Amino acid sequence: MSRSEKAAEIRRIMGVDGENIGKNARNLSDNASDAIAAFDSYEELRAETRRIKEEAIASLPERIEEVTEAVEENGGHVYVAQDAEDANRYIEGVMDEQDAEHLVKSKSMTTEELELNHHLEGAGYEVTETDLGEFVIQVADETPSHLIAPAMHRSPPDIAELFNEYFDLDEPLSEDPHELTEFARERVGERIREADVGLTGANFVVTETGTISIVTNEGNARKTAVTPPTHVAVTGIEKLIPTVSDLRPFLELIARTGTGQEIGAYLTLLTPPVETPSLDFDTGEYGQPDDREFHLVLIDNGRMAMREDDQLRETLYCIRCGACSNACANFQSVGGHAFGGETYSGGIGTGWEAGVHGLDSAADMNDLCTGCSQCVNKCPVKIDIPWINTVVRDRLNRSNESESFDFLVDGLTPDAEPEGLDVQKRLFGNIETFAKLGSIAPGLSNAAIESSAVQRLLDRFVGIDSRRSLPTLADETLVEWAAGRRRANPDSDREAVLYPDLYTNYFSPERGKAAVRVLEALGVAVRVPAVPESGRAPLSQGMIDTADEKASAVYAALAEHLDADRDIVVVEPSDLAMFRTEYERLLPERSYSRLSDGSYELFEYVYGLLENGAKIDTLPTAVDEEITYHSHCQQRTLGLDAYTTEVLDRAGYDVSTTDIECCGMAGSFGYKSEYYELSMDVGSRLDEQLPDSGPVVASGTSCGEQIAALTADGAPHPIRLLDPRQSR
Amino acid sequence: MSMDLVAQFADSALETVDSCTRTDVAGFEEALSERLVEPAIGAPLTLESVTLEDTAVDTDPSVEDFRTAQTGVARAEVGLANYGTISIESRAGGDELVSLYPPRHVVVLDAADIVPDLAAAFDRFESAIRDARESGGPGASRVLATGPSATADMGELVEGVHGPKEVHVLVVEQ
Repeated sequence: MSRSEKAAEIRRIMGVDGENIGKNARNLSDNASDAIAAFDSYEELRAETRRIKEEAIASLPERIEEVTEAVEENGGHVYVAQDAEDANRYIEGVMDEQDAEHLVKSKSMTTEELELNHHLEGAGYEVTETDLGEFVIQVADETPSHLIAPAMHRSPPDIAELFNEYFDLDEPLSEDPHELTEFARERVGERIREADVGLTGANFVVTETGTISIVTNEGNARKTAVTPPTHVAVTGIEKLIPTVSDLRPFLELIARTGTGQEIGAYLTLLTPPVETPSLDFDTGEYGQPDDREFHLVLIDNGRMAMREDDQLRETLYCIRCGACSNACANFQSVGGHAFGGETYSGGIGTGWEAGVHGLDSAADMNDLCTGCSQCVNKCPVKIDIPWINTVVRDRLNRSNESESFDFLVDGLTPDAEPEGLDVQKRLFGNIETFAKLGSIAPGLSNAAIESSAVQRLLDRFVGIDSRRSLPTLADETLVEWAAGRRRANPDSDREAVLYPDLYTNYFSPERGKAAVRVLEALGVAVRVPAVPESGRAPLSQGMIDTADEKASAVYAALAEHLDADRDIVVVEPSDLAMFRTEYERLLPERSYSRLSDGSYELFEYVYGLLENGAKIDTLPTAVDEEITYHSHCQQRTLGLDAYTTEVLDRAGYDVSTTDIECCGMAGSFGYKSEYYELSMDVGSRLDEQLPDSGPVVASGTSCGEQIAALTADGAPHPIRLLDPRQSR
Repeated sequence: MSMDLVAQFADSALETVDSCTRTDVAGFEEALSERLVEPAIGAPLTLESVTLEDTAVDTDPSVEDFRTAQTGVARAEVGLANYGTISIESRAGGDELVSLYPPRHVVVLDAADIVPDLAAAFDRFESAIRDARESGGPGASRVLATGPSATADMGELVEGVHGPKEVHVLVVEQ
């Protein structure tokens, strides 16, 4: 798909699904935030679930053996299916053996992965989805737009129209959700009473006892599992956990992160075959207890290979609560029909798609992860979802064919990436090289960049949207400026290195200068040495090897300063997030710890100085001046946004904060022509929270640029408010 | 059994259920009759203190009764004080079906079976499942239910889907 075709497809899906997806996903995400905030044991239980999953996946072959033994001892059957075809054939065999015609199903994404319905219907069986959302999808012949809320993209009027048409109703249904629910429940209820076989998924399977756990709200899984005499449970092998007590932490978390409920309405713990008699509504007879049949079908379909894959393994810890989708700003605009592959959608969906369907199936959705990290703190098993997306992007980069205009960029870029890397990604990933080149003659470079001819060329060949204004290079870099001035407080015990991140150094040195002057006013001796770009730029394009080289170079440049007990102060939150998060994967453990422990976000550092005796009134202060502050997504994930608010408050500002985490720009994302409109759609939600007039400050460079595009007024870094040299 | 736990359970349960009545053995039948909409079906309570005999509840329903009954009465083996959750065991007496099919579920919970939280409940489940698997008796399966069945799949939260729309709890204190 070309960039413009991709843009058109995203525009179409945003138009059809966007409104309902946005409303519903944000609602779930807000509820989850509240539920997590109100739950003291959240972190403790997340550590527990993580440990259980790590151990369960590490011992998976033994777990499979153990559960097979337990289920057979209970009187059931276990089948481990290698792939979809294998699983479908087995389930068809169960239908055949039971002389069954009709199967009812409770919700199961794993059977979507198998395309089981399609297979069984092709073999002449009837299949009815009993989850009302899945029922809607089945009637509409669509794919789910969300892991746990498959019909999230549809509104009540849509559904009413669908039912009225499909069922050809004499008395059409209204748009009232109660009436629609009543109708669907009756239809589905009848199908459950007539069914020969009930098929459910399983959220967890306890290997010691053969107990399966299903989490639902509607009660359909309960009816599906116990009404017909035969129950088939289909689930991925990654759902196996060792003991009954291991279930508890998962059950405490899964509804909180997924929907914001304290606990799901029904937590079913079945150790089948169950004692409950089956009901045959046709004959009016109860089934005999001994006639109950139970089949546990465990699906491999690529999972064993994922287990061997050091990067994708984490995906297997996923409990499919959907929290990462709900929290994701891009998902909130497009939903799973754009942010999805063959089966799975949302943040963790790329890991699943790459693992079970192959890299290509993850390709279209993968770029929609901007690495903003809003999903990270929402994941109940602490999966580093942005990292999985980065890894998949890196692998996709390596699988690409060469493009014809690569030589334009390839010749200039000294990165560690393969030929055939998308030219747009290569440009953004190597932005430091271009900034360096351009800053040799910034006036000339800016004139070129601002010329409409160049912008059209960039749009056409590199995919930089011409509706964006590009940042312009400063006449003098921050490092050059600092080298030419006398250092203040030379005898101070407190020495800091202001990290000259790429954007501050080349494009916005003013905020760097302000930072230096503020720190000096607070008594710090500040240095601004030349240090390479953090690797954030290449990492965001999936160029992991290049990012790795950058991390080493940054550490090399800062090691001596760390040895000299100089604090590393970082203006750009996305670079600090590199030091604190991604560098753990890119540097030796000791190097990572030293840099991570020794570096601070600028306002975190200023706050520390104030707490240690520095005086706020050595800086310019305000009297109840109103200011709106937009923090940065990764800064929020690290819990660092409060320092800015607090320091501005102490400086006399009346600070209002935005609670939209992602501005939509996300570094280079919003510049890309295929994503420009999506970026602006995400930005529009931030725009709603910005004041009609009055100053706005933002910590991130790209946030500031997005706000400038949304409001026509820029949003400088908040340090500018405290700059002793400011002209007020 | 501390009184606090019962009070805490009642408070939590009322967040999601329609009523939670504290009663004693003598008052049980009257409290029950107030919550019944007939026809009512039930599963034997397996409690020593109270029974459904001599009440309007049919504890030997036909299959067809599951389609028509308005109320299902079943015992909860455990109640969770912190969430107001109740646990219904899967038994040959049909507890699971009785608590699932009729639109109104009346739960009978012995106050002595109230535990503080999910961790305490899981201690019980773990040994119940182990015992059941060793002896071949009941206790291996159950559902933890919190409030009525619900869905948001039709655009907003609607209560009463495949499971009950109304839930009433009777806590029997000795």
